[in-house]
Amino acid sequence: MLRDALRRPAPATLPGLPRLPALWAGAGVALLAVAVTTGVLVGPVHVSLATVGEALLRPPFLGTQTGPDAGQLTILWSIRFPRVVLGALVGALLATAGAGYQGVFRNPLADPYLLGAGAGAILGATLAIVLTRGSPLVGAGVVPIAAFAGAAGAVAAAYVLGRSLGDRRNPTTLILAGVVVAAFLTAVQTYVQQSQTDSLRQVYSWILGRLVTAGWDSTAATLPYAAAGIGVIFAHRRLLDALAVGEEEVTSLGVSPRRVRLVVVAAATLCTAAAVAAAGAIGFVGIVVPHTVRLLLGTSYRVVLPMSTLLGAAFLVLADTAARTIAAPAEVPIGVITAMVGAPFFLVVMRSTRVRDL
Amino acid sequence: MREHLDAASATLAARIRVTCALALLAGAACQSAPASSPSPGAGAFPLVIHESGGGTVRLDHQPRRIVSLSPTATEMLFAIGAGKQVVAVDDQSDYPSTAPMTKLSGFQPNVEAIAGYSPDLVVAAEDIGGLVAGLTAVSVPTLVEPAAKDLNGTYAQLRELGTATGHGPGAEAVVSKMRTDVASTVASVGKPARRISVYHELDQTYFSATSRTFIGQVYTLLGLQDIADRATGAAPDYPQLSSEFVVSSAPDLIVLADTKCCSQNQQTVAARPGWAGIPAVRSGEVVAVDDDVASHWGPRIVDFMRQVAPHVSRLERQAA
Repeated sequence: MLRDALRRPAPATLPGLPRLPALWAGAGVALLAVAVTTGVLVGPVHVSLATVGEALLRPPFLGTQTGPDAGQLTILWSIRFPRVVLGALVGALLATAGAGYQGVFRNPLADPYLLGAGAGAILGATLAIVLTRGSPLVGAGVVPIAAFAGAAGAVAAAYVLGRSLGDRRNPTTLILAGVVVAAFLTAVQTYVQQSQTDSLRQVYSWILGRLVTAGWDSTAATLPYAAAGIGVIFAHRRLLDALAVGEEEVTSLGVSPRRVRLVVVAAATLCTAAAVAAAGAIGFVGIVVPHTVRLLLGTSYRVVLPMSTLLGAAFLVLADTAARTIAAPAEVPIGVITAMVGAPFFLVVMRSTRVRDL
Repeated sequence: MREHLDAASATLAARIRVTCALALLAGAACQSAPASSPSPGAGAFPLVIHESGGGTVRLDHQPRRIVSLSPTATEMLFAIGAGKQVVAVDDQSDYPSTAPMTKLSGFQPNVEAIAGYSPDLVVAAEDIGGLVAGLTAVSVPTLVEPAAKDLNGTYAQLRELGTATGHGPGAEAVVSKMRTDVASTVASVGKPARRISVYHELDQTYFSATSRTFIGQVYTLLGLQDIADRATGAAPDYPQLSSEFVVSSAPDLIVLADTKCCSQNQQTVAARPGWAGIPAVRSGEVVAVDDDVASHWGPRIVDFMRQVAPHVSRLERQAA
């Protein structure tokens, strides 16, 4: 069954395609609700359900928080709520971007960092940290901007390089270009990092993930990118299904396959860059979540995309809850949690696909 | 990407490792006993130094060309009067300003580059990348002076460097001055009516230091309660704390050791979500210290204590 699910998508093209069944959509929303509730309730500081309820009834913009549990209300509104919301956004972004890349490249191993977005973001952040050391620009949030630019720039470079390498119809060229760009940028980043040992810890804790310092400002800054990027990918779900059958299928709809690829790659890169800028390079979400959805519900992107968005959000909220709870009051890097779940899962996927595809 | 993270984590681990041995063995564990008599000057040579780490270093004559790869060792060498014998220091040794800073690295040491200075003694904080073996192969004696875990460790290293460089009396003088200064600073804060709590910040993602670390021991001397001590389960020395934990711990005093690396100050701390209500922020007891002074284990730790002590005294008066 696992193997069936990972087989090249069934030729169930337009029209009359599987749409997201209401039952599964409901289950996805319910799971996200459970994850968010858990994330809000569980943390190093104990808060009761009643306090959370009170907090929801008394948001800070309705007046100053006073009374015996003012401290807890502050913690909930200023620290925990934004962290849960940002975690959900980042999870949704990474999972949707991963599903989008997998659709474009028709490659089950594609993940959001495939085309160098991760390496580019880390290089951008490293340069920003090193160059702004000791200047007030650090507080102005130049690091997320640099990470965003690095991620977008790396993928753009990979795209241009891939096109210049010839065979425009073969997405493998683009993947290889991405690998080359990522390797190069990682080398540059390592060089900069090693030559600036003063900034090493800064760079390192940025790479480990930044949900730790989440606030409403970073959440609000991520929201527009999430809406735009996810929206564009969703709008291409039918075309991705057609692309899964073959390029001719897309062409027969009067759309250029290359254009579909370009737009979806751009949108997925926007998602990835926004996620990395907000939370650091969190691995495995973008590959684990879409594959889980495929295993459960089949390969149509009309199902895979929205379910990946919901489950990605739920997964990252739960992973972040574990990150701040299992060693409380110390933090465990969230990348450790996602990879500990992701790596064994990845092995299962590889084992199941070995016979047919590898 | 994963390889990259591993590489970064290994380097970082090397950089911030500050344990000497078990915390229980405070003091004594880090002390080393010079094998020869501590009599000063060239006459004491040749001599053999038994390092706390188990190594032995033989010095045939008084070193005249010392290379230091450790910022703390550089400070110590200049403090005890061996500065004139130092020909090169690593790229992180920016104190004192007269130290001959070079591009040598203590984290990625290059034996060939070090040997290029024709040293007759190399001092390093860690034996990274086969440093000691490499230098031994070219007959350069190498002293490893790892991060001390309390002031006794600092005193022992000062004495060891004094013996090795022929400045035993200089080292003794520095140690006794430090002892006096530390004692008077500790006396100045008096006896607290209640435990005053401190949050020591290493960067703006809330990495902190527990009482098991050198800086944590200094806080213990000042009678402070380190909030990071509740997080020792995950990382006994330098845990990363949750923001909400710091807020709910309501520290009376916040010490920012991330002013240079990360441009943090009283304003940036107050602007963090939910932090404005922390007692230390409300009462302005947020101390911005020099990152390096707070992370080295050299003589300047006295300056650090003198900077923090008045805040402790003020908090105690308010508590009384």
